[in-house]
Amino acid sequence: MSNFFYCENLVGGYGGENILNDCSVSVNKGEISVIVGPNGAGKSTAMKAMLGMLKLNQGKVFLDGKDISNFSPQDRVASGISFVPQTMNIFNELTVRENLEMGAYLREDDLDETFEEMYSLFPILCEKKEQMAGELSGGQRQQVAVGRALMTKPNVLMLDEPTAGVSPVVMDELFDKIIDIKKTGVAIIIVEQNAKQALNIADFGYVLVAGKNKFTGKGSELLNDAEVRKAFLGG
Amino acid sequence: MENYDLINALILLANFVIVPALSYGSQLALAALGITLVYAVLRFSNFAHGDLMAFGTMIAILITWLFQSWGLTAGVLPTALIALPFAMALTAAFCLITDKIVYKFYREQKSQPVVFMIVSVGVMFIMNAIVRFIIGPKDRTFFDGEKFIIKAVEFKSYTGLPEGLSIKSTQVLTIVIALITMVALFYFLQKTKMGKSMRAYSNNEDLALLSGINPDRVVMITWIIVGMLATIAGVLYGLDKSFKPFTYFQLLLPMFAAAIVGGIGNPLGAVAGGYIIAFSEVMLTYAYKKFFMYLLPTNLEPSGLMQFLSTDYKFAISFIILVIVLVIRPTGIFRGKTL
Amino acid sequence: MIEKYRTQLAFLVMALLLIIVGVAQSWSVSIGIFNLCIVSAIMAMGVNLQWGYAGLFNAGVMGFTALGGLVAVLISHQPIYEAWSIAGTGMLISLFIVIVASISIFYISKYVNSVFKKRFLIVFVILLAAIGLGNFYGPSVDLIEDINPAKTGFLGGLGMPIIFSWVAAAFAAAFLAWIIGTVTLGLRSDYLAIATLGISEIVIAVLKHEEWLSRGVKNVTGLPRPVPYEIRLQESEWFINFIEWLNSSKLSAIETVSSKQDLLNKLVIEGSSIYVKLCYAGLFIIVLAVLFFLSQLALNSPWGRMLRAIRDNEVAASAMGKNIVGQHLQVFILGSAIIGIAGAMLTTLDGQFTPGTYQPLRFTFIIWVMVIVGGSGNNLGSIFGGFFIWFMWIEAEPISIAFISLVTSGLDYGDPIKMHLIASAPHMRLFIMGAILLITLRFMPRGVIPEKVVRPR
Repeated sequence: MSNFFYCENLVGGYGGENILNDCSVSVNKGEISVIVGPNGAGKSTAMKAMLGMLKLNQGKVFLDGKDISNFSPQDRVASGISFVPQTMNIFNELTVRENLEMGAYLREDDLDETFEEMYSLFPILCEKKEQMAGELSGGQRQQVAVGRALMTKPNVLMLDEPTAGVSPVVMDELFDKIIDIKKTGVAIIIVEQNAKQALNIADFGYVLVAGKNKFTGKGSELLNDAEVRKAFLGG
Repeated sequence: MENYDLINALILLANFVIVPALSYGSQLALAALGITLVYAVLRFSNFAHGDLMAFGTMIAILITWLFQSWGLTAGVLPTALIALPFAMALTAAFCLITDKIVYKFYREQKSQPVVFMIVSVGVMFIMNAIVRFIIGPKDRTFFDGEKFIIKAVEFKSYTGLPEGLSIKSTQVLTIVIALITMVALFYFLQKTKMGKSMRAYSNNEDLALLSGINPDRVVMITWIIVGMLATIAGVLYGLDKSFKPFTYFQLLLPMFAAAIVGGIGNPLGAVAGGYIIAFSEVMLTYAYKKFFMYLLPTNLEPSGLMQFLSTDYKFAISFIILVIVLVIRPTGIFRGKTL
Repeated sequence: MIEKYRTQLAFLVMALLLIIVGVAQSWSVSIGIFNLCIVSAIMAMGVNLQWGYAGLFNAGVMGFTALGGLVAVLISHQPIYEAWSIAGTGMLISLFIVIVASISIFYISKYVNSVFKKRFLIVFVILLAAIGLGNFYGPSVDLIEDINPAKTGFLGGLGMPIIFSWVAAAFAAAFLAWIIGTVTLGLRSDYLAIATLGISEIVIAVLKHEEWLSRGVKNVTGLPRPVPYEIRLQESEWFINFIEWLNSSKLSAIETVSSKQDLLNKLVIEGSSIYVKLCYAGLFIIVLAVLFFLSQLALNSPWGRMLRAIRDNEVAASAMGKNIVGQHLQVFILGSAIIGIAGAMLTTLDGQFTPGTYQPLRFTFIIWVMVIVGGSGNNLGSIFGGFFIWFMWIEAEPISIAFISLVTSGLDYGDPIKMHLIASAPHMRLFIMGAILLITLRFMPRGVIPEKVVRPR
């Protein structure tokens, strides 16, 4: 395989029974891979496994041809993987600007350019940069969260249900932003509940059932697949 | 002299209420800042903080004695001021050692905050023992240098007023040093990368880890700051009043009251809380008889002391304010952390 | 093997320690320690009820202990009729004002809806009460405290047998706990800790400074005893005969009559002190046994199981519709009542009430060490903890002095460092307590006799 980031045959769980049973995901720079599936399929668990927050019984994770399976989460962050958790994904008692600054904590170089990039990507963040992040609306907070994750200039960006709990309008806006980010050459993996919309923007989709890849294919293919539609997308 | 009654009354108030409360408030604020920082970053109520202050002050006193034996003094200022930086460094080191030997284990175990609290009781016993063992439980004063900035007698002869204003140099020193310390601390927390990462860690530990913030470093810096703050607070209190280990232990109540009233975990709240507790304590235990004698006509002069509460019960004031705030606004005046 | 007989082994070691002290120092000392061990064990059981059963951090043990001590005075001391006749009415009116004000505030806060009106009315009632108290309370206090200040200067007590105070202390401590608990339970656990720490300081301040009530730092001495006095025993025929019979072999070995009489006198004096201490020990053992029995009953009742369920998972228990604050209030009151009993027993044993000697380290935090070391959640553990830690607290001083003498044996007598170290040796006991607590928490977090985990079928 020559994918930029991939994991293969992941098996593991939180002690006791395995939640992941042979799950593989991959993504390339400038592409979006989406993981969808029913509740309890192990989507978020899969993402945690890729981040090293889960003990794997089997399987490997590769970044740019290097085996990073034994890296700690912090080491993975340092080597260019950034993660936006589903909840508690901002520092709500810090200002927006400070949130972004903390995202870039590990960087020693000049941040001005990256700040400018963020502000042009998310103009609202520039407008509210001195405000406490906790005072923002749900959609704006998600932008802060994504912005914080992008401050490390990651190669791989992982998003755990970025649209959970936001209105449909905001959701569309967020997906647009994600496409913008993809165009800057970042590899993106998204775990999503809103399968239809997510597959719409996906280059590649993975349908996970009981911790196993059930269907794999291009986003548009999956959307048009009769079986997938019937099972997961509500007809 | 009739016309000067109002001025006399105000001088009286400045002399016995405002200046003492400002300096006591500054001491409490510094102490409460230490408690609140431990709470915000390490997430437990540190029962050993009073004894940590006693420890820091003891070190400062020992170094002061050493300097005095060398003939080294600070002129009009107390010698303890030269000793202060050394004492701060040693106390900070002592905090780091305590953390490494004691607290670190429980952090790795991810123990409950209440376990940390009990552990801090153990640390309190040990610090208490060390302080009493080395310097003894007696009351000590270690102030030298010029005692007054304004003497009551001089003030009287200068202004011709019957009521004299006296300002002790320790009071002014306390206020000035506390102000400098607070400004420096807030600058550190708000403007430096390290300070911001401390706030970030306190606010959202998991996300801080995901951002690459090194938790060990945050904890280390916190203990260093806490050790320094405790030493400054303890030395200022000891200079202003006197040093007695048990008194420092008893300060735990007003200190915690200050931190909780302001909103525990919130540094700004700790400062506000410190002054609120100090002013309430001083104002409610001051006997206003003389004050009213200046203001009221002779036939209306109060017969009693006009004191709300005897100084014997000053602890009750911190306690009552604490309870009122907890009942009306459990998160404190400035919204603190709630677990 | 050791695991199975852990409890028995622990108590066996404890008994051995006390026997060693009896043989090496003296039996009087050993039984004296034993009595205080029992009082400590009762206090530890009270704290265990709160912490071990319900996870409540009570940092105000000292306050409840001292309150129990005050009750012992108020029950047993002879009333000072002079004080009552001069100022009794004023004090009763003051008490009446306080009660009426409290009840009005309670009803105002319950039935007045507007927040502004409510606060205004409460402040109004407090001001009214303050004016009333100024007119009755202040002057009465002065009158009382002026009566023969060297000997009385307070209202005295009820003149009843002191043993009644053990029950009354439970109610007094329970009442105080009810007030504190109503205000602070339901807040976070560390706020409860700070609040109780505060209330105990206030209780001590009241006892130290309200001389009409407790004589303050002038202390109340010579409280009546529930057991015989040594001097009476030494004069009574039967006791002398009893001692003679006990030591008959020792006495018959002596030839001259006069030296035989001297030895007998010595033995009678020694024996009377041991006899008195044994009487106390008997009474205390009964109290300990009753409280232990009741605590065990409570622990294994549905009520106890529910408490532990709440302790282990508050969210789940609250989701099941359990009234957590209500349960916590009950257990807080019960635990404090037990501590109050111990406080009254302590004052009974001392025969005097000395508000100035209540120190938080000695009366609050050391009790915590007992509970943690013994094993939180286990009553036998608390009893063991009470015994062991009190024993260490007493014996730490001679041990420290011996240790320091050993370390400094190279230095001359009179050497300033050596003198300072020896003079400071008593403070080593604090160090030993802290070290025991930290070592237990680290290596034996469940204590010497851990809580038995009862698994549901």
